[in-house]
Amino acid sequence: MIELQNVSKSFTLHNQGGAVIPVMEGASLRVAPGECIGLTGASGAGKSTLMRVIYGNYLAASGRVMVGGVDVGKAAPRDILALRRQTLGYVSQFLRVVPRVPTLDVVAEPLLAVGVAPDAARDRAATLLAGLNIPERLWQLSPTTFSGGEQQRVNIARGFAHSYPAMLLDEPTASLDAQNRATVLRLIEEAKARGAAIIGIFHDEAAREEVCDRCVDVSAFTPKVAA
Amino acid sequence: MSDYNFAYLDEQTKRMIRRAILKGLAVPGYQVPFASREMPMPYGWGTGGVQVSAATLTPDDTLKVIDQGADDTTNAVSIRKFFENTAGVATTEETEKASVIQTRHRIPEAELSEDQILVYQVPIPEPLRFLEPRETETRKMHALQEYGLMHVKLYEDISQHGAIATSYAYPVKVAGRYVMDPSPIPKFDNPKMNMAAIQLFGAGREQRIYAVPPYTDVVSLDFEDFPFEASKADHPCDLCAAEDSYLDEVILDDAGNRMFVCSDTDYCRSRRDAGHMGRLSEEAA
Amino acid sequence: MTPLLQVKNLAKMYGARIGCADVSFDLYPGEVMGIVGESGSGKSTLLNSMAGHLTPDRGEVIFDTRADGPVDTVTMSEPARRMLGRTDWAFVHQHARDGLRMSVSAGGNIGERLMAVGDRNYGNIRARAADWLGRVEIAESRIDDRPSAFSGGMQQRLQIARNLVTGPRLVFMDEPTGGLDVSVQARLLDLLRNLVREMGLSAIIVTHDLAVVRLLADRLMVMKDGHVVETGLTDQVLDDPQHAYTQLLVSSVLQV
Repeated sequence: MIELQNVSKSFTLHNQGGAVIPVMEGASLRVAPGECIGLTGASGAGKSTLMRVIYGNYLAASGRVMVGGVDVGKAAPRDILALRRQTLGYVSQFLRVVPRVPTLDVVAEPLLAVGVAPDAARDRAATLLAGLNIPERLWQLSPTTFSGGEQQRVNIARGFAHSYPAMLLDEPTASLDAQNRATVLRLIEEAKARGAAIIGIFHDEAAREEVCDRCVDVSAFTPKVAA
Repeated sequence: MSDYNFAYLDEQTKRMIRRAILKGLAVPGYQVPFASREMPMPYGWGTGGVQVSAATLTPDDTLKVIDQGADDTTNAVSIRKFFENTAGVATTEETEKASVIQTRHRIPEAELSEDQILVYQVPIPEPLRFLEPRETETRKMHALQEYGLMHVKLYEDISQHGAIATSYAYPVKVAGRYVMDPSPIPKFDNPKMNMAAIQLFGAGREQRIYAVPPYTDVVSLDFEDFPFEASKADHPCDLCAAEDSYLDEVILDDAGNRMFVCSDTDYCRSRRDAGHMGRLSEEAA
Repeated sequence: MTPLLQVKNLAKMYGARIGCADVSFDLYPGEVMGIVGESGSGKSTLLNSMAGHLTPDRGEVIFDTRADGPVDTVTMSEPARRMLGRTDWAFVHQHARDGLRMSVSAGGNIGERLMAVGDRNYGNIRARAADWLGRVEIAESRIDDRPSAFSGGMQQRLQIARNLVTGPRLVFMDEPTGGLDVSVQARLLDLLRNLVREMGLSAIIVTHDLAVVRLLADRLMVMKDGHVVETGLTDQVLDDPQHAYTQLLVSSVLQV
């Protein structure tokens, strides 16, 4: 479902004398449907970078990224947009929302984007929010004023609203208490059970042990810098 | 015999005006620019109508001139005398006897025939002028048939007054193509524009001539749910009892007494001659 | 799938000076393209050249018309282009006053495009105008008020309603939130996002505000000195800028 072949990534800072910062090279991995892979490695080793390359948020310098048969590096913009709508979901570490939009609509939006009727979309959003212990009285408010933990849960609810066949989860259990953490892990298990291919970053070792079938250490892809 | 050329204008000018008239007849409702001449009356006093009449008259014609329907007002009298002096044509007050009728702001009540020409005096020929002051824009709108703005004006009328408030110079669509200003005739007269006579329009100050050939379709603009209504007076004429003519209101004294009489003086006279009598006809006679 | 709009090698010169040059891209139904750049970058020239307000010196702007399929709008006859501008295309000006008739009521402003394409039923026109006022969050009771009695934000929303009433497929927007208060901007952007999604609109939005493109645009073109220096998905161009100028632009944005 998700496949990387020899992907490399570096940043060229033109406004700082053209400094080149290599972040990753020779990255290859494969995730099959129903599999969950954990990315490990020290902070700054490139875990989030790898995810962003898969999502098309960062451009790979070389190599191939395939998601559901689509070559993310070469596809036309509308194909990547369609991929992100239907196939590839991404739960980032931070909730980025348009101001003024109520929480319920924030969570329902991915479903509206794939053509689900507004009522059905909101029902599903309500179920997810309730499961993640966001009280109903908050559903009509914009999440911009919520606490970090609440925002994270809204973020997760939005990420799991549509049943993506491929998912990228960046620290999904960060800042969650035990009960909510368990709910999130359950959502991940449900996704796996329906055949989703998942790549996750978990600092929480216990969570990682629970849901990941195997781990990939991204420091293996760190470029060897000449001394 | 006077020293003037027939009907005052030189022959070259008449040719130029006739070309404009022919063009206008070929494209009904389209405003044809023409080189309006200095006439012995100021702008705003009918110079356009006079030039069109001058170019149209032949020595055998019989001319009638009316102003707001009346043959005996100052302007009608002076224009009639102008053509008596410069063209020597026969003149009449009877509508059926005239071959050329020059009119200011009314259409005669009597139905006109194929042998007659009606010449209108026009102040502002452009129907869109008060919505769009730029001549460059209005020319484009006519050329591209972009008349949405005209209906916006009617929409605004209905939203503000509950009905289309335009009561004279009511815009019409001619032969399904050009929107035209029929000159400041009351909207009561609009339906008459579907007639057997030739209709010519002259605007001297604005330098435009336009025309409507006989039996041309002339439709007053409206909305489906607010259709055009040629407003009808509530009363019959007080002199001749006509129920179908446009009436003038005449104040009789300072005690509030008034009478309503046909604006078309010839029509009223001919009805009275035929024996019709209105409420006040004994006193007026 | 046929692109809704194909721009090929578009160029507009002002004498010897380049307004914009060598611009090419395809836009598909439902896509929103942002064009960013600083003053003088050529973005407004590009927008106006595409929309037919300026005549380009080179290039084609091919629009997939309903009746005749893909047609180059640059060489289209003027009546056809003006008709397009009233039906399938819309243009939202930066200043609402340029896009509205200030002496005509709100209802008349919205109804004008309907009347221009032949709607002759007053009740129907008024009902649709009232409906659109609701959709752009202007109280229906204001339908007979003149835009001169509206606030800047309301005027801008009225302009949007006036443009969208005929269900255009392509909307050009020139700094749609320029000059508006921040809270009013947020409301307008929200409205635009929803309308774009509900109506399946394609849009080309020129702005100097990166926050606006992040919110509204799927794709982004960065312009400098009349040329497109970078193009791609909005989030990719803003998060992983490749060109020096884009990097400069992105790093210059104040983080609030």
